[in-house]
Amino acid sequence: MRVELDEPKCVASGQCVMASPDVFDQRDEDGVAILLEEEPGEELLDDVREAVAICPAAAIRLVEE
Amino acid sequence: MNRVVVVGASAAGLAAVETLRREGFDGTVTLVGDEPHPPYDRPPLSKQLLSGEWSPGRLALRPTSDLDALDLDLRLGVAATGLDVPDRTVRLADGSAVPYDGLIVATGVRPRRLPGEGAHVLRTLDDAMTLRDRLEPGLRLVVVGAGFLGAEAAAVARRLGAEVTLLEPAPVPLAHAVGEEVGRVLSRAHLDHGVNLRTGVTVTAVTEDGVRLADGEQVDADEVLVAIGSLPHTEWLADSGLAVGDGLICDEYCEAARNVYAAGDVARWYNPLFGTSMRIEHRTNAAEQGMAAARNLLHPEARKPFAPVPYFWSDQYDMKVQAYGYLRGHDEVAVVDGDLQARRFVAAYRTGDRLTGALAVGMPPKAIRTWRQAIAAGASWREAVRQETPATAADTKEVVHD
Repeated sequence: MRVELDEPKCVASGQCVMASPDVFDQRDEDGVAILLEEEPGEELLDDVREAVAICPAAAIRLVEE
Repeated sequence: MNRVVVVGASAAGLAAVETLRREGFDGTVTLVGDEPHPPYDRPPLSKQLLSGEWSPGRLALRPTSDLDALDLDLRLGVAATGLDVPDRTVRLADGSAVPYDGLIVATGVRPRRLPGEGAHVLRTLDDAMTLRDRLEPGLRLVVVGAGFLGAEAAAVARRLGAEVTLLEPAPVPLAHAVGEEVGRVLSRAHLDHGVNLRTGVTVTAVTEDGVRLADGEQVDADEVLVAIGSLPHTEWLADSGLAVGDGLICDEYCEAARNVYAAGDVARWYNPLFGTSMRIEHRTNAAEQGMAAARNLLHPEARKPFAPVPYFWSDQYDMKVQAYGYLRGHDEVAVVDGDLQARRFVAAYRTGDRLTGALAVGMPPKAIRTWRQAIAAGASWREAVRQETPATAADTKEVVHD
């Protein structure tokens, strides 16, 4: 499983950090999301799916190979 | 349950159908949308789409392959026209009737308009494309309504070189939403960027050459954008027997009637975290409520009250405004971090003895996340603000008397 973040789309809401704090963080200067883990383990899958679903900019995509 | 119908194919409807599939529902899922476009995102309409930075394709909420994988019975470009609750059937504008075991209503809102022809509104992709095609340097644009939508559109139009007049009936724009002091500071950005902001003026009609004010004055314009709020799309439910009153009325589970749920801008539900019924027109709420409604519909034995901390953001000029909580009807505002005049601050909102909201401009994400957590925890004003307030904040407190 691979996480893709479309950074220019990010609106800095921080919803992903609340849903999946092990995979996402935010930049201090503008709040734009940072991907901490591009290929997170299975145990984080549910959290990442939640982040994808609640991102208000549709900026996160989960690619399951 | 074999058939679920979701009416409304925007953020809330999409979140609902995705959640149904994620939760393992393998029956028929019908998604009905009155616009011809596959689900797209609305916040960029008044930002990157209007400015021309993004093309319409960039607004797609999901790639086609992801939509295909949901295996939907997708009915786009056809509005729902009626609902028969005892018969469990949704009637569509093309004459067809779709039976359901479970229904999620996510029909959103439509813009309020003014008497007279020829004004723009800004709700759909087509609205935004039409306005975008007209914006050019020197164009005289009148924006009616200095709420968040009007403010964002005014900011984009200025950046593109239009001459913008922003007309607002209230003495201070956004005061009802964010308080007078914060509203005044935000609206100063318009003046700094050369927008002709006129407050305390009521527009009564759109005319051939602009708009007419209540006192008879004519304000000339090449184009007029009306951004005076919206009305929930509930007309199609008029004969359904469901309770409608500024939205489809639901309980704390987002249920309006047995196996009928609502989500997004159209839903008025009881939010137990704030102890009040609310209808929220925020992008984040659409997704969260779509998910919650779908889960509660699928798992009646394990329903959860929908008790979110609402969140919205707005981009105007170089400002990003972010707010958590339920600010409406607040009793007091206090600046608890930063500097109001520098447009870099966090303001906290009190309702009764509770901390109910926080609004930030230009602050690092962690500075506002703390406040969100306090709101979610139901913190009292005293414990939240006493710990965070610098000693000088008393000077900037604003008490609302009404």
